[in-house]
Amino acid sequence: MTSVISFRDATKVFGGGPDAVRAVDSVTLDIARGEIFGVIGYSGAGKSTLVRLINALETATSGQVIVDGQDVTTLREAELRKVRAGIGMIFQQFNLMNSRTVAGNVGYPLKVAGWSKQDRRRRVGELLEFVGLTDKARSYPAKLSGGQKQRVGIARALATSPSILLADEATSALDPDTTQDVLALLRRVNRELGVTIVVITHEMDVVRSIAHRVAVMEHGKVIEHGRAYDVFAAPRERATQRFVASTLQDRPSPDVLDRLRHRHPGRMITVTVREGDGYGTGDSRVDGVGGSGGSGVDVLAALRRHGVDGTIVFGGITEIDERPFGSLTVELTGDDAAIDALIADLRRATDVHDLGIGDAPSDRTTADVVGGSPPEASTGEGDEPDADPYGFAMDAIRRHGGPR
Amino acid sequence: MNRDWSTLGPILLESVRETLYMVSITIGVGGFLGLVFGVLLYATRKGNLLQNAVVFTVLNVAVNIVRPIPFIIFITAVGPLTLATIGTTIGNNAVIFAMSIMAAFVTARIVEQNLVATDPGVIEAARAMGASRLRIIVTVLIPEALAPLILGYTFLLIGIIDMSALAGYVGGGGLGNFAIVYGYQRFNWEVTFVTVLVIIAIVQLAQLLGNWFARKALHR
Ligand SMILES: Nc1ncnc2c1ncn2[C@@H]1O[C@H](COP(=O)(O)OP(=O)(O)OP(=O)(O)O)[C@@H](O)[C@H]1O
Ligand SMILES: [Mg+2]
Repeated sequence: MTSVISFRDATKVFGGGPDAVRAVDSVTLDIARGEIFGVIGYSGAGKSTLVRLINALETATSGQVIVDGQDVTTLREAELRKVRAGIGMIFQQFNLMNSRTVAGNVGYPLKVAGWSKQDRRRRVGELLEFVGLTDKARSYPAKLSGGQKQRVGIARALATSPSILLADEATSALDPDTTQDVLALLRRVNRELGVTIVVITHEMDVVRSIAHRVAVMEHGKVIEHGRAYDVFAAPRERATQRFVASTLQDRPSPDVLDRLRHRHPGRMITVTVREGDGYGTGDSRVDGVGGSGGSGVDVLAALRRHGVDGTIVFGGITEIDERPFGSLTVELTGDDAAIDALIADLRRATDVHDLGIGDAPSDRTTADVVGGSPPEASTGEGDEPDADPYGFAMDAIRRHGGPR
Repeated sequence: MNRDWSTLGPILLESVRETLYMVSITIGVGGFLGLVFGVLLYATRKGNLLQNAVVFTVLNVAVNIVRPIPFIIFITAVGPLTLATIGTTIGNNAVIFAMSIMAAFVTARIVEQNLVATDPGVIEAARAMGASRLRIIVTVLIPEALAPLILGYTFLLIGIIDMSALAGYVGGGGLGNFAIVYGYQRFNWEVTFVTVLVIIAIVQLAQLLGNWFARKALHR
């Protein structure tokens, strides 16, 4: 894994004295060639400033930012222009020139790069075809929809065949459907053209659906980073947990759980659903359960095998980095011993959160990490002593050989 | 009343020609200088492309000093400079000189105000593409603000026509002089009235053209 962008203790301070803002605070981070790297964080976390250090739209106050082997913090303006020309950038508000047609916008960076008129026309044609806007070449941006504008932005950013594309909240101004279109296009840019993409967003859904790796920012610092699946399946930091909880909402929050118990007095468990290793060779697995590591269907198969009835009462399964992740909350009815055996069985393949029965709740839900106090550990039999509900998820991932 | 338009007519036409001459040179020279000053005022402001506190302050103060001076006083005030540059302080060219300077300062502010409204995101995008600052000013900043700039220049044009009416005071010609000499001083209301109509027609035409070009430039 060769890194194409490296931050080494990079810091950016705006202003001075007591009003100084450390927008980026001692960030050390490597972004690999060919990956889609997500940067997520709440407003003001320093995401935009961080990516703007990459093409030196902001100059670092201290530390190094190495792009393609060159420390951009040491370059002069004229040299920086060359670096910038090799990095595409797209924006939340698209930032198209209203005074130029679509073709004029896409051709502008080529003009800057000194291409001949003929070459420009050919290249603009190619690019518009790639983003599916050939028929809009002569339109002005004011006549386009948001999604079309962003596609023009992408075509423009790719004009000079950059190896890096920076996307600053590129979908935040778009509706959900259009967001998916644009994300699909970015995925194509990454796969077909091999462009390294840095995606900044405050929308968990965006990183979830396209990022291979992710960094979570808070107060200028990268508080957590790693493979998107790892970070979101087992978030360590509170901010990350909030992001995960805000999108997935697959685990019942305390008040939801209270209502559920009202309707479903029986024993309830929350079973984590995630991608298994797919080979079924693991030693810790029980036949039929571990085979593909806790997919939704296998949960049902296990119920059948143990002669236990289950009612799915809550849950959600989604994708992170194109791999399934989520949980199902199930009310179990059947023989107590059979239920215990079932839970023990499931635990060998995935994480099971025992919620107990309505009269004797054995646990709070993991979703209350959002609310404040960390959840208590499950007291169910055979439970792993875990104060952190996500800790065992991490263990499970390790057990399963980890995501690819 | 004396309504000998057969003799007045050609003089009126000549006055129109003189006014157009004074106005077009002024808008050319003063308008261009004003564009440069205006762009500098905008670009040297803190946080902008050419951030430079000294240039900004000097220009800003100069504009604030010159702009409020009534033009009739300004003509005499720049007299020595006019003499040094044009060689005389009377006549159309002397007036054009004074008008161009005044127009440059007025335009500077108009241009600056219109540029401030341009989307900084577009400039950022151009920077991200590796465009130089000068290129950004010429190929992004000004084209993006073209429509309001055209309207600003139309406004300026009308202000210059107004200024040119004072040319008569320093021995210049034009419509203002015509109205004073043949209308006001001879108590000939008809001449004054006709001159006013001609000026209104010129201003209307300028405004119509300005609006039309501005709409063309807007691409909406
Ligand atoms: N040019 C600037 N001058 C002064 N402060 C700035 C500047 N740019 C950013 N900041 C400050 O730096 C901090 C980080 O800003 P940044 O724009 O990087 O955050 P962000 O994570 O991108 O937020 P958002 O999601 O709202 O875009 C904020 O406190 C912001 O006010
Ligand atoms: Mg931002």
